Amino acid sequence: MTAHHRHGSESPAIRTEAIETLLVEKGLVQSAAVDALVERYEQDIGPLRGARVVAEAWTDPAFRARLLQDGMPAIRELGFGDNTDSHVARLMVKENTESVHNLVVCTLCSCYPWAVLGLPPAWYKSPAYRSRAVREPRRLLAELGLDLLPDVELRVWDSSAEVRYMVLPQRPQGTDGLDAEELTARVTRDSMIGVERL
Amino acid sequence: MNGIHDMGGMHGFGAVDRRSDEVLFPEAWQGRVCALAGYAMGAGLANIDAFRHAIERMPPDRYLSDGYYGRWLYALETLARERLGGDTTPERPEIGSVTREVNREPRFAVGDPVRTWNRHPQGHTRLPGYARDRRGVIADIHPACVYPDTNADGRGESPEYLYTVAFESRELWGEEAEAGATVYIDLFEPYLEALE
Repeated sequence: MTAHHRHGSESPAIRTEAIETLLVEKGLVQSAAVDALVERYEQDIGPLRGARVVAEAWTDPAFRARLLQDGMPAIRELGFGDNTDSHVARLMVKENTESVHNLVVCTLCSCYPWAVLGLPPAWYKSPAYRSRAVREPRRLLAELGLDLLPDVELRVWDSSAEVRYMVLPQRPQGTDGLDAEELTARVTRDSMIGVERL
Repeated sequence: MNGIHDMGGMHGFGAVDRRSDEVLFPEAWQGRVCALAGYAMGAGLANIDAFRHAIERMPPDRYLSDGYYGRWLYALETLARERLGGDTTPERPEIGSVTREVNREPRFAVGDPVRTWNRHPQGHTRLPGYARDRRGVIADIHPACVYPDTNADGRGESPEYLYTVAFESRELWGEEAEAGATVYIDLFEPYLEALE
């Protein structure tokens, strides 16, 4: 039985080999290129790019303004964005304040701002997160350890189409003396998705 | 389509386990599937919308049991079976942006009240079920993009403007909605009608 015929009951590893063999035979992929891409994913710095973007926005008000206006050109200034998928039209960055909190989800699949955060974590792709983030975001955030005050406005961004979203977290207090590298180290991936505040 | 993938608002999936997240590809085949899918789409096996729709067409039980990259694998198998029969090799497409120039202005402006349409297409669409036939307000206007609804099944790109539409939580979830929450959803122009 091969991938030509039906979705086998074999293990996913065997099925992956079968589909790879077929795609190579058909001239659609080359195994060496696949090897290289897997390696690139695994060495990908992932959310570190987003953290650098955040640190820059915290320290440069003009950059912050450009970032909030249109994310993709702004992150290109820092040398990021080249690895973006071509099916992404825009990157929008949403700023948390004392009175506004932003949360990112994709209920239809698992769209995620790869350009700044790398590949998504498992929980972001889970049915529990995708189903609940739009209906009961406060309860969900509370379960994850983030109790928002009742008067904080919650904005949930369901990235259902070709726009990707990233949260610009608030700069933590007591970080005035830190340099860019130290600030970058304070930024967590989860704060840029919106399930955490710094 | 009204499928298992359209998860917004569903009950029964329990708590979010945020600890189970630290390894990118827990099994080696998952990384290969991720890369294979990227290359195969780039080489013309299918466009991204057709790939997504192949995932949506999975039997619901398999969708839930196969996991994220398991779904990608299943979709690759489906598309290979449907499109790679015989000796044909797909033509290599132009890889480029998803945005398109169109010779018309956006129909809506920021601040316009709109209602989403109440349609249940069998094919691919980006209007989540929970936001169907709901009132919202245009919050942002994006460039026209390839329209996934037609692009997914070979009916062409027919580009449409994309909007971010703001929905009050109560409009979506009724009396039990959490207070002080707004859900923003990116929706294509055909899904929207003007409200007075």
